[in-house]
Amino acid sequence: MAAPVIATVLTLVVGSLLFATLGYDPLVTLQAFFIAPLNSLNGLSEWLLKASPLILIACGLAVGFRANVWNIGAEGQLIVGAIAACGVGLFYPNPESPILLPLMFLAGACGGMAWAAIPAFLRARMNTNEILVTLMLTYIATLLLSWLVHGPWRDPAGFNYPQTALLSAAAMFEPFDYAYRLNASVFITVVAVFLMWLFTDRSFLGYKMSVSGAAPLAARYAGFRESSAVWIGLLAGGAAAGVAGMAEVAGPLGQLSPQISPGYGFAAIIVAFIGRLNAFGIVLGGLLMSLLFLGGEAVQMNLGLSAALTRIFQGILLFFLLAADFFIFYRLRRIPEHA
Amino acid sequence: MPPRLELRNITKSYPGIVANDDISMSIMPGEIHAVLGENGAGKSTLMKIIYGAAQADSGEIYCDGKPIAAHTPATSRALGIEMVYQHFALFESVTVVENIALAVSNTFDLDALARQITELSNRYGMPIDPHRRVHDLSVGERQRVEIVRCLLQAPKLLILDEPTSVLTPQAVVKLFETLRQLASEGCSIVYISHKLDEVQELCDTATVLRNGKVTGTARPKQSTSLELARMMVGAELPEMHVSPSVPSEKPVLEVRGLTAPARDKYGVELKNVSFEVRGGEIVGLAGVSGNGQAELISLLSGERTHGNALSIQIDGRAAAHLNASERRKLGMAFVPEERLGRGAVPPHALWQNAVLTAHRTGLVRNGLVDRKGANSFAAKIIERFKVKANGPQASAQSLSGGNLQKFIVGREIALQPKLFLVAQPTWGVDVGAAAFIRQTLVDLSRSGAAVLVISEELDELFEICDRLLVICQGQVSPPLIRTKTNREEIGLLMTKVDRGNGTNGRGEVAVQD
Ligand SMILES: Nc1ncnc2c1ncn2[C@@H]1O[C@H](COP(=O)(O)OP(=O)(O)OP(=O)(O)O)[C@@H](O)[C@H]1O
Ligand SMILES: [Mg+2]
Repeated sequence: MAAPVIATVLTLVVGSLLFATLGYDPLVTLQAFFIAPLNSLNGLSEWLLKASPLILIACGLAVGFRANVWNIGAEGQLIVGAIAACGVGLFYPNPESPILLPLMFLAGACGGMAWAAIPAFLRARMNTNEILVTLMLTYIATLLLSWLVHGPWRDPAGFNYPQTALLSAAAMFEPFDYAYRLNASVFITVVAVFLMWLFTDRSFLGYKMSVSGAAPLAARYAGFRESSAVWIGLLAGGAAAGVAGMAEVAGPLGQLSPQISPGYGFAAIIVAFIGRLNAFGIVLGGLLMSLLFLGGEAVQMNLGLSAALTRIFQGILLFFLLAADFFIFYRLRRIPEHA
Repeated sequence: MPPRLELRNITKSYPGIVANDDISMSIMPGEIHAVLGENGAGKSTLMKIIYGAAQADSGEIYCDGKPIAAHTPATSRALGIEMVYQHFALFESVTVVENIALAVSNTFDLDALARQITELSNRYGMPIDPHRRVHDLSVGERQRVEIVRCLLQAPKLLILDEPTSVLTPQAVVKLFETLRQLASEGCSIVYISHKLDEVQELCDTATVLRNGKVTGTARPKQSTSLELARMMVGAELPEMHVSPSVPSEKPVLEVRGLTAPARDKYGVELKNVSFEVRGGEIVGLAGVSGNGQAELISLLSGERTHGNALSIQIDGRAAAHLNASERRKLGMAFVPEERLGRGAVPPHALWQNAVLTAHRTGLVRNGLVDRKGANSFAAKIIERFKVKANGPQASAQSLSGGNLQKFIVGREIALQPKLFLVAQPTWGVDVGAAAFIRQTLVDLSRSGAAVLVISEELDELFEICDRLLVICQGQVSPPLIRTKTNREEIGLLMTKVDRGNGTNGRGEVAVQD
């Protein structure tokens, strides 16, 4: 538990120095960064709204990371999930049908999994590097989305903006209160966190994956297939990212446009590591990351800090967190038990 | 003259255990000093403290009369202290010479160092190729690397933690010559081994540890191995009972014309290997490490599969194409030579390591791991095999070498296999536990299981096996009946020069004079 505390203290010290040297009152700035955004109901709603996809995706990714399957293309899987879900939402014959939303959920999950299945197949069959393949597929997904919203799926009544038509009400999650954007999709994340805990902590499949990650030779010794770890790891990340994409179009966005994600897929990688790849930690990590997003916007608007400065500060915090963690792990493992 | 090394009141505790309890001893220049003790007695811990890889809770260390305060392996090396770890500390993904360069030189002339390694290692009868990657090396070869690394340094104090556990007898002879030579030049040597005959041959003095305390000192050359064993274990050794074997009609393991290419350019090609193991008997596979044992065992265990399904049959069923898990379903169990990282997952707790292969025995229900079941399974092994561990929650890597070995052997035996493959069953295990493990193997076979033991220890093979096979350069000899053969014949087969197809470029691996 020492690592996060040390990291927080270090960040506060270095951050204060940074703000002070640049002429901002550190106390005021930190207050605006971390406390002000949560002072209103709307702030809380936005906080959870942004944390939800981060946590959801990080849960999926962590399943793979634990087995040394490095899916860094969740952003692409999110986009494909969003496209698939939105496609169903736009073109399903009955736009009022109550099964529309569940269908979109399935489409999102399948879309994300399909996108992740490509690197899984290539790695399992041809031993390609999934880091490269997942990353490159992200660019393809971005271009695919761009082509769709500029071309075939563009809303004819949309004044030539690159975006699709708005989804019907039945194709969207209903907000808890129309004054705020938070909606029922957060429950998906809650369920996902529980499933992730059950899988990694209690299930035999999760156990096999952790063996694959910690000692590949032992996995082979026990006869656990490496390829199944690859498939499960990538598909879990893909499904989670795809569902997150679906929840974005069926939630706050209501339509597809070229920028549907502010980088959730990439930020979730950091969230997974801040959370040390375990479910409870990921929840905390996601909440922190979301707060950093909000706080960054808030200080830019309220105090006129530059975007670069807020990014530097965010970077410092993440850096200290991961570095402190690394050194703790390093110390734990460094005495490699020469028995 | 001040002693080369003096320890005063060293104490070190780990959670739940005092590994070293008020230990004092001293070693003079040129002395070869043995540290003896049961598994988990605290020998490795004490060595790590001397070397600076672990810090004592209290106590002082003096080198040549000068106190060494807080130190690290790097400062120890600067003082001329070198150590061969029981579980080797090599970087897996780089080559031998790069590994040694990291520890040895400040100049990075790798070519010169490589030449030096080749020259020195051949001179000491432990040939290694400096350009191979460590992860391709067998345990025996890694051990040679560790020893050569230390010898390159011309140390003042050399610590060897079970250096001969997987060395060939020939290499051991050479090593002892080298050590005596070093000692005569004034180097002090601390030597840990469970092989008492070695200790008697090599060491001038011995300190015996039990439960972290010094319980006595001895002069090995003037004591019998029975006396030494009694000092270590604190009780009489159990006697072996080997009843005559009644082999089953049909073989449980049948290998027919198994041919397999080498895994990489340093591997050994298996050539037309055929043998069988029947239920009720123990068959031993003797041979110098690096002659195809690793390839054969990974093919037998299913870690590597083979296209010709019929070349390996288990219980009459084609099995060569099956993976390890599928073969275990046919009643196979297996103890590999590497215990950390292959036989057990180092950071996992013992109960988790029990699940690794025992999940089939009802430890998984509805896809969930039965933690309670796994805990009590692990607890039973700990009790039956007297594994010294802080309960089923202890991580595999916190166990002493011999205790982890006992745990893995215990886990596999608890699966009640029909076919039991075991490599180096008593590697690093103390004399008492080794006798117990051997007896368990005999009992297992007499209850009807087929047992194949792969070992470099001829004594062990002669003690428990009914029939013996010898592997040399990827070829397996016809079986020899234990009672009708002798060490000389086996030794000859182990080192025979391959006359069949002349030189294959790997002659040096197998032929060790
Ligand atoms: N890192 C650790 N954490 C917890 N316990 C440890 C650790 N290292 C060693 N121990 C415990 O300390 C005791 C002594 O271990 P040590 O490795 O010194 O034994 P050893 O005499 O070398 O035994 P062996 O002959 O089996 O190698 C053991 O009970 C072991 O479980
Ligand atoms: Mg030891």
